[in-house]
Amino acid sequence: MEQTKLDEIISANGNNRKSIIPVLQEIQATYNYLPKEELQYISEKMDIPLIELFSIASFYSSFSLTPRGKHLVQVCLGTACHVRGAHRVLDESKKRLQIEPDETTDDQQFTLKTVNCLGACALGPIVVIDNDYHGNTRAQKVNAILAQYKSVNNNGNDTTE
Amino acid sequence: MIKLSINGIEVEVEQGTTLLEAAKFLGINIPTLCYNDGLSPYGACRLCVVEIRDGTASKMVSSCTYPATEGLKVFTHTESVLKARKMVIELHLATCPGSKIIQDLASKHGVRQVRFKQEYEDCINCGLCVRICEEQMMAKAIGFVGRGDKRHITTPFDIKSDVCRLCGGCMYICPACQLRCHGPNVQEEGAICNACLNLEPPCVDYFDDQMCYMDPCVVCEQAADRIPKSER
Repeated sequence: MEQTKLDEIISANGNNRKSIIPVLQEIQATYNYLPKEELQYISEKMDIPLIELFSIASFYSSFSLTPRGKHLVQVCLGTACHVRGAHRVLDESKKRLQIEPDETTDDQQFTLKTVNCLGACALGPIVVIDNDYHGNTRAQKVNAILAQYKSVNNNGNDTTE
Repeated sequence: MIKLSINGIEVEVEQGTTLLEAAKFLGINIPTLCYNDGLSPYGACRLCVVEIRDGTASKMVSSCTYPATEGLKVFTHTESVLKARKMVIELHLATCPGSKIIQDLASKHGVRQVRFKQEYEDCINCGLCVRICEEQMMAKAIGFVGRGDKRHITTPFDIKSDVCRLCGGCMYICPACQLRCHGPNVQEEGAICNACLNLEPPCVDYFDDQMCYMDPCVVCEQAADRIPKSER
């Protein structure tokens, strides 16, 4: 990001300690992750030690320090989902995407994450992709659900290419 | 001024004094690990637990962080406090048996067994190095990263920090990584040394149960190597 954009984000949220998280959130929203250079820049600009930003970024799981794919696949492994077979859903997702949790596919389309509860236990096992909730997921359904996002990507890619 | 009683002794302290400081003022010794006079209290190691009583209710608090309040009744060496302290030392020992400071605490407080899964960490997350870097060296080069069982101390992005001046303050103050226990029993199963405990004290200062706490003495460690295990 150009530094002017970062300056804008900082001035929009206020140059003080309590705006650290909103600033990080905006950078995360722009890039899908928190790049090192950007963190270093806002550390200097906001006069906050880099380690403090790094601690916050590594503490909250919604922040990522490595690039994330276009779609974030969250498989719930909470108690209710677990007893309804969330592990089979996760195994199937791993197999289909050919990645382990916290990894990103080579084409930068999908990042797989496990979460411990999404507060929608009645819908378990639940998979959340971007902001869409896919309740009562079975291992057999995983491929079809992922395919929806794959096709959207391919169309998107076609237009950009 | 605030009036409170520690082990039945009335004491008057200023507003904002911690229980640890008040006890120290009375000459009552409370063991600490993550506390340092020049740094802000942190309450990480839980070694300084004391019991505070209000009528029949009692609870355990870390004395280094608990502020003195009017009429508080504090007990620093009750049976449950000593038991809790022993447990804390046992847990530290299960995490980081290589630390001489923790091994000495174990010997001093009569910890003779470790009932937890033995790990061999080099860090107990006491935060002393983070605090000395921030408060005394004004650098803020290191800090806690991650959370839960993955929480650890490092520099940003795990590379050499631009603000680190290599002062060595973090290593100087570390109770775990700097002064290592080289006693003969550390590598064995259970990883509790207690070797200094079984030796004739070569130091001037010793306790009734023949334990040396010269700081750091280490003579016993060298002697321990020359004594056959059967005679210890």
